[in-house]
Amino acid sequence: MRKERMPAPIRLRELIRTIRTARTQAEEREMIQKECAAIRSSFREEDNTYRCRNVAKLLYMHMLGYPAHFGQLECLKLIASQKFTDKRIGYLGAMLLLDERQDVHLLMTNCIKNDLNHSTQYVQGLALCTLGCMGSSEMCRDLAGEVEKLLKTSNSYLRKKAALCAVHVIRKVPELMEMFLPATKNLLNEKNHGVLHTSVVLLTEMCERSPDMLAHFRKLVPQLVRILKNLIMSGYSPEHDVSGISDPFLQVRILRLLRILGRNDDDSSEAMNDILAQVATNTETSKNVGNAILYETVLTIMDIKSESGLRVLAINILGRFLLNNDKNIRYVALTSLLKTVQTDHNAVQRHRSTIVDCLKDLDVSIKRRAMELSFALVNGNNVRGMMKELLYFLDSCEPEFKADCASGIFLAAEKYAPSKRWHIDTIMRVLTTAGSYVRDDAVPNLIQLITNSVEMHAYTVQRLYKAILGDYSQQPLVQVASWCIGEYGDLLVSGQCEEEEPIQVTEDEVLDILESVLISNMSASVTRGYALTAIMKLSTRFTCTVNRIKKVVSIYGSSIDVELQQRAVEYNALFKKYDHMRPALLERMPVMEKATTNGPTEIVQTNGETEPAVLETKPPPTGLQPTSQANDLLDLLGGNDITPVIPTAPTSKPASAGGELLDLLGDLNLTGSPTPAPAPQISQPPFLLDGLSSQPLFNDIAAGIPSITAYSKNGLKIDFTFERSNTNPSVTVITIQASNSTELDMTDFVFQAAVPKTFQLQLLSPSSSVIPAFNSGTITQVIKVLNPQKPSEIGFQDWEKTDLRA
Amino acid sequence: MIKFFLMVNKQGQTRLSRYYEHVEIHKRTMLEAEVIKNCLSRSKDQCSFIEYKDFKLVYRQYAALFVVVGINETENEMAVYELIHNFVEVLDKYFSRVVSETLNLLQSIYSLSKL
Repeated sequence: MRKERMPAPIRLRELIRTIRTARTQAEEREMIQKECAAIRSSFREEDNTYRCRNVAKLLYMHMLGYPAHFGQLECLKLIASQKFTDKRIGYLGAMLLLDERQDVHLLMTNCIKNDLNHSTQYVQGLALCTLGCMGSSEMCRDLAGEVEKLLKTSNSYLRKKAALCAVHVIRKVPELMEMFLPATKNLLNEKNHGVLHTSVVLLTEMCERSPDMLAHFRKLVPQLVRILKNLIMSGYSPEHDVSGISDPFLQVRILRLLRILGRNDDDSSEAMNDILAQVATNTETSKNVGNAILYETVLTIMDIKSESGLRVLAINILGRFLLNNDKNIRYVALTSLLKTVQTDHNAVQRHRSTIVDCLKDLDVSIKRRAMELSFALVNGNNVRGMMKELLYFLDSCEPEFKADCASGIFLAAEKYAPSKRWHIDTIMRVLTTAGSYVRDDAVPNLIQLITNSVEMHAYTVQRLYKAILGDYSQQPLVQVASWCIGEYGDLLVSGQCEEEEPIQVTEDEVLDILESVLISNMSASVTRGYALTAIMKLSTRFTCTVNRIKKVVSIYGSSIDVELQQRAVEYNALFKKYDHMRPALLERMPVMEKATTNGPTEIVQTNGETEPAVLETKPPPTGLQPTSQANDLLDLLGGNDITPVIPTAPTSKPASAGGELLDLLGDLNLTGSPTPAPAPQISQPPFLLDGLSSQPLFNDIAAGIPSITAYSKNGLKIDFTFERSNTNPSVTVITIQASNSTELDMTDFVFQAAVPKTFQLQLLSPSSSVIPAFNSGTITQVIKVLNPQKPSEIGFQDWEKTDLRA
Repeated sequence: MIKFFLMVNKQGQTRLSRYYEHVEIHKRTMLEAEVIKNCLSRSKDQCSFIEYKDFKLVYRQYAALFVVVGINETENEMAVYELIHNFVEVLDKYFSRVVSETLNLLQSIYSLSKL
């Protein structure tokens, strides 16, 4: 049987040429697959002559992105061969195809060991290269001794390769660092730049990894300074010249090492001062090479403990860079200035105008850097001018910058605003130019800001109204505007603005715009919520259009959007049944406490919860939020299953409280049964009256009064246990226990009781005001009721908040 | 630290690639495509340094060939820029004409390793 001999495999060059003629991806794939098949069969034949050619082709295909793992073993075979050309391709293949993830790589270890001791330096070099490229930690451990030996040889070709290999070994196995220490003693005495360069890299790596090494090598600073000096002073050397500068790569490396050595060390920094100044002044800046060296010098000066004269020199160099026409240099200058602006703020301020000019540059990288730097440079003195420039930038920049720029402007304005009016103007400007890019968390911040500048309310609402008249597509703008119109609509209609010309707006026009926001397709659900609440609030501030408002609110009672529907239904109820409470509820918001804002806003404080007290006899703790804000904050928090709250009035008179409570009680069905009557069901989800328990209490003469669960809803359960006081039989002691089975803690739990006038009530202090979640604890409170007469009814009411931060 | 070194032509075909960190093969092709897209969209007078994901690209155009180097933030961008030019000059001297067609692949890779 004759074995058919395959034709000699084609050369790599031909393969490349063939593949390049392929016009489509599919054609290329086909060619490659054919060639792969040929290569595979050739490998199977164990053909030594052409193995090297085949592996070369395989490497090319691997580079193009096709799988080539079947060539790994072939590489190993090539490495083991005696021919130099085979070894060369084999090692190259090993570097490209193998890494420590493959198991076969360990087979190479022995080969490399032998080759490291080979007679030919080129073979040794190959082995060092490969080890330094892909050696795994096991291989490195085994072969570190050989590498160290080669580090001490006099052959500079090998020495430089050994140094780089040592760098890799240290990276893989840091414990072996000490082994290389003695060899480093003489490294810097070399004349050969290659060896010098790689030695400096080795020293840099060692210093970066170990503080002990760093301390040890500090004594090398004078030597490094000398080498650098020679480089600068020496004349033209054709071997190392790059555009007129002698070995810039080595200079940069040395500067970097000096930086590491001089950091936090006064003596070393002292020794370097002269040479750094010399490099900074003598280097030619006409070519890019010179600028590269200057850049590295500036970075070094900034990092070590240099004297102030030197630092000023460095910043001036950067300033000069900024004026250069070359984009690369300007970019580099802006980057470095950004790093130094914290420490040398004043010096950088001098170049502010140039930096601001860079905002107008066409290049995206430069614009971004200039923007960041501009924000860092804003301070109390220059805020007006800078803001003008930044607002102009916001107008004209690419969309990817707008969000960052807007946030930056808000932050800067908050810190340095010279006047409230200016601040509001700036915010308005941002909202109108980049309204849709403003981050969601900025809206609550803005609202708070507006609330706090009390004298500007009229002006603000007027401007916001004018802004959304034309265009109500930018969601954050519309949200803020709706909120403001809801709050200060009365100021708008009455035309009270002092700061600018008041506009004539009728109530209907205001309602028109809010309704169009509601209807518009462009409005997000959150925005619609804002608008609806605003309309509702206007019902107390407007006088003639209340019916229209009622109509709008009732329409949305059947909206598909659940959020909107719920609000509308609640507001409807407010109109129908609790109209007397409406003015109190929808009163003007008090000035809010400033939250610490830091990045994504920490929601200001706790929000009102499901059962807000309508009537509070105690002064309300800060943190009562209006519905819209609370709801939107709830939305922002990713929703909760807590039903939204209605705005609560800050204060109400206790006198009316009792009366209204009793009125409410009058509505309720008070039965004598001790079974807990759930809070009276109103058609919509309960909100207001959840807090009320219509549980009548019998001062039954019968000794044991069964304990009852007075209230159990929304996870809150309150139990009453009764007993007669021993001292006075007319006194009943009621112990209430409140427990919480929801996931969130309920804070500020307050229990109140109202009694008819004939009773006397004594509320002792509760055990705590926080009911922990998951039924993990209870609050106990004792109430003593003295009823000198017949049994009667008492109403109870409790009120708590849930801390949404939980 | 240099992460990778690429030579890509204007049509997006990789002429030479050398990775100094392990990257999966299919990720390499994706990376190369994205990188070349970034570089091709730049005009002549724009900055040669692009910020891409968490590292920087330094690129340089020679006729129809782009040389792109990916570096992390410890490197001096301008020194790398010079390095690219140095490399191209070396190739030029060695092969006497830097044209993408005749680029001798293996020799280039060797030179890279030695740089």
